[in-house]
Amino acid sequence: MLLAIDTSAGTAVALVADDGSVVAERSTADIRRHAEVIGPFLADVLAAEGDVRVTGVVTGIGPGPYTGLRVGIAAAHAVAFARGIPLHAVPSHDAVAISLVEDGVAAGRFAVVTDARRREVAVTIYSAALPLPRTVEPAHLVPRIEWVPGDGITAYEVTEIPAAPLAHAAYARIAAGMTALAPRPLYLRAPDVTLSAPKRVS
Amino acid sequence: MNHLVLGIETSCDETGIGIVRGTTLLANVISSSMEQHARFGGVVPEVAARAHLDAIEPALRQALAEANVTLDELDAIAVTSGPGLAGALMVGVGAAKALAVALDKPFYAVNHLVGHVGADVLRTEGEGQLELPTIALLVSGGHTSLLLVRDLTRDVELLGETIDDAAGEAFDKVARLLGLPYPGGPHIDRVAAEGNQTAVRFPRGLTLPKDLERHRYDFSFSGLKTAVARYVERLRDAGEPVPVPDIAASFREAVADVLTAKAVAACRD
Ligand SMILES: [Zn+2]
Repeated sequence: MLLAIDTSAGTAVALVADDGSVVAERSTADIRRHAEVIGPFLADVLAAEGDVRVTGVVTGIGPGPYTGLRVGIAAAHAVAFARGIPLHAVPSHDAVAISLVEDGVAAGRFAVVTDARRREVAVTIYSAALPLPRTVEPAHLVPRIEWVPGDGITAYEVTEIPAAPLAHAAYARIAAGMTALAPRPLYLRAPDVTLSAPKRVS
Repeated sequence: MNHLVLGIETSCDETGIGIVRGTTLLANVISSSMEQHARFGGVVPEVAARAHLDAIEPALRQALAEANVTLDELDAIAVTSGPGLAGALMVGVGAAKALAVALDKPFYAVNHLVGHVGADVLRTEGEGQLELPTIALLVSGGHTSLLLVRDLTRDVELLGETIDDAAGEAFDKVARLLGLPYPGGPHIDRVAAEGNQTAVRFPRGLTLPKDLERHRYDFSFSGLKTAVARYVERLRDAGEPVPVPDIAASFREAVADVLTAKAVAACRD
């Protein structure tokens, strides 16, 4: 059973059994209360943990605004550390891609798009497949007004990242023996720093 | 009352993990990102936040090893909940809350300033108790505050604080305009040792009678920084040498003078 956490958009926490069924989940689309809700959400979801214990933690690694994103990743690190269980990292867009394909919405090539602030969008291009859609172009930033999906690509812009399919993605990655990703945010932007010389005051 | 508590602090550029049993310190692990900020002359919030996330788990492991305790033995988890850099704080808060839930331990969010005062509760054997009430003066790159502490957990009153730069920030800024490296404090201290602290009479912020009415226990260092800048510019414009040791010593004296005068006044009042 995996515990999945994503705070790349709102906050989503889910407990998913090895057969893929959702044991418990909590989520909110609120993009400003990650630190506030992560505790209660984890407590609620982990309360559904019965005799079958959590064997791993999954964290979404974005893309998403870094401050909120780090709340979930830090929490995932802490739970994995506290329980002595592995931590798996999954690009957050993969969760959306999986649910689009699972629900029969997306086929062929498609794009998952999320807002990246500063008039940019984060885009990942997939090719529909299960259990895990194939990543054609990993997450990257594009100015919103310039971005148009390529030929034959349908774009799906979302404002929420569900946690349960994040666990599905982790199961698929593990089953396929894919290389583990680092459990840290996809930093698509360098930190804002200004190196200004002292200004004259007189 | 010898509870075993693990505390997480990520409010600025240091990831700190402390473990105490009652008033005894068992571990105090600090992972600093200061070197990454040095070339920018001050803490860059996003750089600090990134460093916290990378450092927190190794720091936790190290602290538990140093204290020679296991997670199961802990009685509670505490975290600095603010004030501080939002992005940096959130890393510690996220980790602490998750740790508390996963271990099923009580969780305490602690005010950053009270946390600083709390450090003084720690005792080595044979040392007496901290006497209350007491006046606490907090001075660092992030704060300049005067607190009246009647009871550490229930009654801490903020008497005053800086209305612009923290004292440490003023040191960083003055160091830059004197051509000294970051962090400014130790470098200004080093060169000031060779200087004369009475060489230049720099202004003491918020000490005039009219300021004292409204800002009895508040501090201001931005006027002082500007005065130093103006002084240096005047010398440079006139083509005269800049006596860095004297300026550093006089600046340091002006800061220390205000800090001690206001702290002593708070104790007397
Ligand atoms: Zn502090």
